[in-house]
Amino acid sequence: MAKTALTPAAKAPAQSPARRRVLGSASRLTLLIWGLAILAVASIVLFLSWDLLGNISFALRLRGTRVGAMILCAVAVAVSTLAFQTVTANRILTPSIMGMDALYTLLQTVMVFAFGAVAWTTAPDTARFGVELVLMVGFSLLLYRAMFTGRAGSLHLLLLVGIVLGTLFRGMAGLMQKLMDPSEFTMLQDLFFASFNRVDPPLLGLGAVVVAACVVVIWRMRHTLDVMALGRDTAVGLGVDHRRVVTTVLVVCSLLVATSTALVGPVTFFGLLVVSLAYRMAAGADHGQLIVVASLLGVLTLVAGQFVVEQFAGNSTTLSVVVEFVGGIVFLILLLRGALK
Amino acid sequence: MIELNAVTKTYGETTVVDSVTTTIPAGGLTSIIGPNGAGKSTLLGLISRLLPMDGGSVSVGGLDVAGTPSKTLARTLSILRQENQVSLRLRVRDLVTFGRFPHTGGRPTSEDRVHVEAALAHLDLTELADRYLDELSGGQRQRAFIAMVLAQDTDYILLDEPLNNLDMKHSVEMMRLMRGLADEAGKTVVVVLHDINFASSYSDTILAMRQGALTAQGSPDQIMRTEVLSQIYDLEIPIHEVAGKRIGVYFS
Repeated sequence: MAKTALTPAAKAPAQSPARRRVLGSASRLTLLIWGLAILAVASIVLFLSWDLLGNISFALRLRGTRVGAMILCAVAVAVSTLAFQTVTANRILTPSIMGMDALYTLLQTVMVFAFGAVAWTTAPDTARFGVELVLMVGFSLLLYRAMFTGRAGSLHLLLLVGIVLGTLFRGMAGLMQKLMDPSEFTMLQDLFFASFNRVDPPLLGLGAVVVAACVVVIWRMRHTLDVMALGRDTAVGLGVDHRRVVTTVLVVCSLLVATSTALVGPVTFFGLLVVSLAYRMAAGADHGQLIVVASLLGVLTLVAGQFVVEQFAGNSTTLSVVVEFVGGIVFLILLLRGALK
Repeated sequence: MIELNAVTKTYGETTVVDSVTTTIPAGGLTSIIGPNGAGKSTLLGLISRLLPMDGGSVSVGGLDVAGTPSKTLARTLSILRQENQVSLRLRVRDLVTFGRFPHTGGRPTSEDRVHVEAALAHLDLTELADRYLDELSGGQRQRAFIAMVLAQDTDYILLDEPLNNLDMKHSVEMMRLMRGLADEAGKTVVVVLHDINFASSYSDTILAMRQGALTAQGSPDQIMRTEVLSQIYDLEIPIHEVAGKRIGVYFS
C-alpha cells in the first residue's frame, strides 16, 4: 500500500518543474526577442529624431544613410560570426580575428596599386565592388577552406594563424601604400576612411542587396547549422555534407565581411561581442532564434552606442574605439576562462 | 551486409588499419574487439564515412560509402562515436529529435515525434526528456546520444564503445537493447566493445583486431578460446563456461 501511494507522489514533482521550465524558457526567448526589437527600434528613432534642427529633410537623409550602414554592418557581422563559429566548432574565432577584414583592405590596396587610383576610384561602384567581392570570395576559399574542412585542428594553432595572416595582410597593404604616389594614396585613403561617422552612400544600396542575400542563405541553413553544432562527426552521421556547408558559410562570411568593411571600416571584436552576448542571453535557443537575437543586439549596440557617443560624449571618442575596447575585454575573458580548450 | 575490401588508413608513416577485407553479415549483432590502438574505432569511422579511406572500399547495404551522398547514407546507416560534445544548450528531447534530421530536415512531423518518444522510452529517458544535456550524468548523456541514433531508424547501426560511462545495470540494458534491435527490428548492429565477456554473451559474430589487421572472425564459440585470445591480447585468458556462455577470466 505504502509503495503504490508513493509512486504518483514521487513522480509529480519530478515532472512539473521540468514542464514549467520549458514553458518558461520558450516565453522568455520570445520576450527577449520582442524586448530587443523594441529597444533597437527606439534607438533608431531616437538617433534619427534627436535634436533635429535646420533643413530637416537633409539632416534626415544624412542620418538615415548612417543608420542604414550601421544596421547593415550589425546584421552582417552578427550573422557571419555566428555561422562561422558554428561551422568551425568554437566560440572564440571570428572572421575578423582570422584576418578576413584585413584581407579585404589588402585587396583594395592591390587594386589601386595595379590599376591606378584614378581608374579604380572613378570606376562605377557596382563594378568596383563586384570585382572586390569576387576576389574576396576566391582568396578566402583559397586561404581558409582547407583549414576548416579537414579534421578539427588545434584552436591555438588556428588563432595563431589568424593573427599572423591579419598582421601579414595589414603589413603588405601598408607597404604598398608607402610605395604609392602620394596623390594616389590620398584617393585610396578616401576608400579606407569609412567609419561609423562617415559612410559611403552609393555603396549602401549595393551592400543592402548583398547582406540581404547572404542572410537569406544562412536563414535557410539554420536547421543544418543546429546539426553542425553537434560536432563534425555527429553532423556527418546525420547526413550533413560537412565540406559543402563549411564552404558555403565561408563564402557567405567573406561577402558579409567585405560589405561591412567597405561600409564602415574594420571592426575586429564587434562580432565576438554580440555573439557571446547572444549565447549568454538566449541559452537554449536554436540558430533561427540566435540569428535574430544576435542581429538585434548588434543593431542596438551600434545605434545606441553611436547616439551616446555623439550626443552625450560630444564626439570626444568614436564608437569603434568603444566597441573594440569592450569586445577586446570579452575576448580576453573568453581566453582566460579556457574557451580555447 | 557490410563489405570491406582492402580497407586501409594511414596517418603519416603509421598504418592504423591495414588492408582489412571481410564481410559483416546483414542482421544480427557483430562486435569488434581488440587491444587499445588496434584500429577498432578507426575501422568503424571508415565504414561510416566519418574518416576518409587511404585505400580500398566499403559498401553498406549495397551503397558505396565513398560515392553515395551523405544524406542517402544517413537513412541507411547511423553512427555514434565515443566523444560527443555539443556547443548548443540542448534538451534531451531536442537532441533525440535531431535523429530525424536525415528524414525530414529541420521540421519534424507527427510521425517523427512518435519515433522520438519511442526512442526516449526505449532508453528509459522519458522522465529526463525536458532536462538540459549539461545537467545530466555521463551515463545519462550517453543514453541520450544512443536514443538519437535509434530515432534515426536506420537498417545499420554502428556504435563505438556504447558501454562507456555506463554502470553494470545500464550496460546490460544497453546490450539487451541492441540484441532486441537485431532480433526484433531486424537491424544490423556493429559495436566496438572492450569487455570480451559482453561480446561473448551477446554477439552473433566477433571480429578481433590487432595492430590494424583483422586477426580473427567468427562466432563467440570460435573466438572465445584461450589460444585465440592470447594472439590478440598477449595475455593468457582461461575460458570458463558459465550459464551456457563462454566467459574469460582475465583478472589475475
